[in-house]
Amino acid sequence: MNDNVLLKVEHVTKIFGQGDRKFTAVKDINLTIHEGEFVALLGASGSGKSTLLRMINGLISPTEGAVYYRGKAVHGINPYSTMVFQSFALFPWLSVLANVALALEARGDMSQERFSRAEKLIDLVGLDGFESAYPRELSGGMRQKVGFARALAVEPELLCLDEPFSALDVLSAESLRGELMELWTGGSLPIKAVLMVSHNIEEAVSMADRVIVLGKEPGRIVAEIVIDLPHPRSAKDSSFEVLMDRIYSAIAGHTQLEMSEVGTAPGSPGLTRILPGSSVGALAGLLEHISGFKAPYDIYKLESELGVETAHLVQSIEMAEMLDFAVVKSGDIQITPLGLAFAEASILTRKELFAQRARRVPMIQWMIQMLKAVPSGELPWKVFYTALQPEFPDETAERQLDVAIDWGRYGELLDYDDRDEMVSLDVSNRKEPTVSA
Amino acid sequence: MFLRQRIFRQPSGEGVGFGKGDLAVLLLIAVILYFGLQLALGTPAIIEGPEINLDPAAVPFYALMSIGRMLAAYILSLLFSIIYGYAAARSRSAERWLMPALDILQSVPILSFLPVVLLGLTAILPQGIAVELAAVILIFTSQAWNLTFSFYQSMRTIPGEYLEAAAVFRFSPWLRFKQVEIPFAAMGLIWNSVMSWAGGWFFLMAAEMFTLGDRDFRLPGLGAYLQTAAIDGDTQALIIGIVTLIIIIVLLDQLVWRPLLAWAARFKVSQVSDDNPPTSWFLSSLRGSRVVTFLNMRLFKPFNLWLDRKLNRPPQHISSLEPDAERKRSLLGWLMLLLLALLLGYGVFQAAGMLVTVPLEQWGQIVIGAGATLLRVSIAVLIALVWTIPVGVLIGTNARAAAILQPIVQIAASIPATALFPILLIRLLGVPGGANMAAVLLMLLGTQWYLLFNVIAGASAIPQDLQYTSDLLLLKGWRRWKTLILPSLFPYIITGLITASGGAWNASIVAEYTHFGGEITQVTGLGAQITSATAAGDFALLLAATLTMIVLVVAVNRLVWRRLFRVAEDRFRMDQ
Repeated sequence: MNDNVLLKVEHVTKIFGQGDRKFTAVKDINLTIHEGEFVALLGASGSGKSTLLRMINGLISPTEGAVYYRGKAVHGINPYSTMVFQSFALFPWLSVLANVALALEARGDMSQERFSRAEKLIDLVGLDGFESAYPRELSGGMRQKVGFARALAVEPELLCLDEPFSALDVLSAESLRGELMELWTGGSLPIKAVLMVSHNIEEAVSMADRVIVLGKEPGRIVAEIVIDLPHPRSAKDSSFEVLMDRIYSAIAGHTQLEMSEVGTAPGSPGLTRILPGSSVGALAGLLEHISGFKAPYDIYKLESELGVETAHLVQSIEMAEMLDFAVVKSGDIQITPLGLAFAEASILTRKELFAQRARRVPMIQWMIQMLKAVPSGELPWKVFYTALQPEFPDETAERQLDVAIDWGRYGELLDYDDRDEMVSLDVSNRKEPTVSA
Repeated sequence: MFLRQRIFRQPSGEGVGFGKGDLAVLLLIAVILYFGLQLALGTPAIIEGPEINLDPAAVPFYALMSIGRMLAAYILSLLFSIIYGYAAARSRSAERWLMPALDILQSVPILSFLPVVLLGLTAILPQGIAVELAAVILIFTSQAWNLTFSFYQSMRTIPGEYLEAAAVFRFSPWLRFKQVEIPFAAMGLIWNSVMSWAGGWFFLMAAEMFTLGDRDFRLPGLGAYLQTAAIDGDTQALIIGIVTLIIIIVLLDQLVWRPLLAWAARFKVSQVSDDNPPTSWFLSSLRGSRVVTFLNMRLFKPFNLWLDRKLNRPPQHISSLEPDAERKRSLLGWLMLLLLALLLGYGVFQAAGMLVTVPLEQWGQIVIGAGATLLRVSIAVLIALVWTIPVGVLIGTNARAAAILQPIVQIAASIPATALFPILLIRLLGVPGGANMAAVLLMLLGTQWYLLFNVIAGASAIPQDLQYTSDLLLLKGWRRWKTLILPSLFPYIITGLITASGGAWNASIVAEYTHFGGEITQVTGLGAQITSATAAGDFALLLAATLTMIVLVVAVNRLVWRRLFRVAEDRFRMDQ
């Protein structure tokens, strides 16, 4: 039965950085892709889905474990796979025809026929007439079609798609998805399997035969869901909704006890939770929206109701959970009394409520304590950054501080002066010297 | 027209202070200087250059010679920059040494090397070849660094997805070079070539005729022609020479750089169409010409195809894109390093031995000279600031003024200051304090354009909505300057100042000590000390003064300019 196994990922772990600045992107991943399958890798940002895709492609190599293609370990770029990029990666100085033909030239084909072959592929994706156009003259959807044509030109067995629709507007994305599915299910492509990275749940459910859900910290597989609905699929079907719900519950998880929900302070034992990079504005919007629902509410519905991306939604929900403004269980969200109070409060009361909860976030608590320990009540940004570095990769540490300062500023707990890069206690938060009578 | 792209951006290195690498590079430069001086000991005491013929009929020949020197140096620079930039961008371990080295090299006042290079080369080579080579080396050192930085930065800033696409689609090294690397580097290389040529003319004019005591280094070329004409008081020849120079520069601009820029506009990465892409009448006429089409079909295309067929070999294996982990140095590597360290140690020891012989009193003079030159540089830069800010803002914000002033400014800026220097000297040498005035003026002439172009770029980059807001708030006069214009200009002024002050230090070598019409005029200054020490054959003093200047310039760069630059980047950049 293993005859048609195309790709096998065995115990793959990827660690970036060296020494005490290590960061585990994905940990112990196992997955198999068979011929004829369309597999979607789904996960919030930071779950390592792009890292995994690049290891499968050979663009980066695993720290531990191995990727096997048709039973052979992959070293360097896998010659049987190709990729469609989120940002298209078309060469702006080449025409559509030259962009597609370039993929053939790379295979050593310098014959004149390469142009007619490229033309056929351009016809296939429905861009006939645009051969001599330059990428800048095309819409996003058309550019991505060129990306597909270029990928097909090398007759790959495994087609890797790296969020191919997320740089497109909603309508172009929808129509391009439909056209791709038509080509794929119609069997007119030489491709043996498709692996798509996505952060859009509806997209994954509507296209894939199997959805692999990645969790984060570190990136790992948290669920594998087979989608056995016939094509074309409709998001309105109840079976479709059930699957969306299941995937959301896998991605959003459920609210933990406060201890583990907020994590521990940097430097102390236990996992320091990464602060979700969501803004107070987005949080307020979310809470206002769900304040009307008395019963737990399906998260997947929020996506279209609020018109936000899955990734942003998940971050806002995480923020609400961390601050105890909402609880999440099996794909449903419910606002807490505190959250309700926040949603209905005035601007100033909101700040107070927020400050109360934000004070309990270990990261912010830790910063306040450090600031209180110095007489001046201010410390260079660098101090915090250096302290965070052992626990987070560089960019994350910087983003973490940005988020913490942002939250602290809103809650009037912390202040930051960009000129001298000093973090300080907010004036209102500074301990007044006690005056004895 | 393309002023916005003319921002002379100094690449900001890692730190503001001095690092280990910086120290090593400075020591290396000291050692090279020392060995150069050792060579220079063998220089003949009297050298006579070839006669320069002031007959206008000789001008085309001189012009061709000058262009030839520039071209040779430029080709060298281009090759160097591609190889060096490639090495630094490709290998982490190489990058750690190559980039700080480049950073120091570009802030070293190049002209301070001229005496050593000239003397060193004449000692080992026939005089004609030596002077020729010295000129080419000097121009090379003025052209290579910014080209290298530009290429390196282009290599490092190729968007990741293009590198990934090149790997996934299995591009051969040739295909990657042709379709990814060169297109991404083209714009930067061409703009920097324009700058390099401008800088090159400045140094060529100085290098073609250089007198040190009884040694008269001279090369048949426009620079020597101009200086001779000035000495002989031949106004007609002087005018012919300068006009020829301007014509050459304008022709190069119109027939080479503009077409290249217009052609390279296709390599702009942005996926949106440019509103007014650079144009070139020459390129357009070339494109329409039948001869060119014929040549293209019969010559260029087949050659291109032949090259592709020869070089585009699909690779068997393409490795992952990750940066190579720090590899352990091999035994040979360690031995090489040890050898290098020993050589460096020996050189440093010897150079230090030479420096020790410089009496304390002379060190005192060096300090005074450094102070005097610093003062002159500051005055020149201040004068430049005072006039370039208002004029630059006028050109940058007022289309009508720009239409009139821009062409004038561009022509004026294209004349290398060193070509005008002899005229300045004739006018000023009789006047009391004239030598000082001439020195400051030469510094000013050589550096003000950097500032002006930056101010224009900054002023034209002030966002329209901020201008409207200021109008609505009725911000006028000084308040408008304080709240809108000066903060917007600040980053541009700083970038301009960095280049300008570097140029001024450089100019001090030729500005403070002049040998003109058989008469030596000298003012107190580090530049004068360097040149006079060479003339007198006092190599210990020469070494001391040159090193002082290098360290001073690098230190000012690190401690003042780079800090200001960082402030400018952090606080006053518009595009955040």
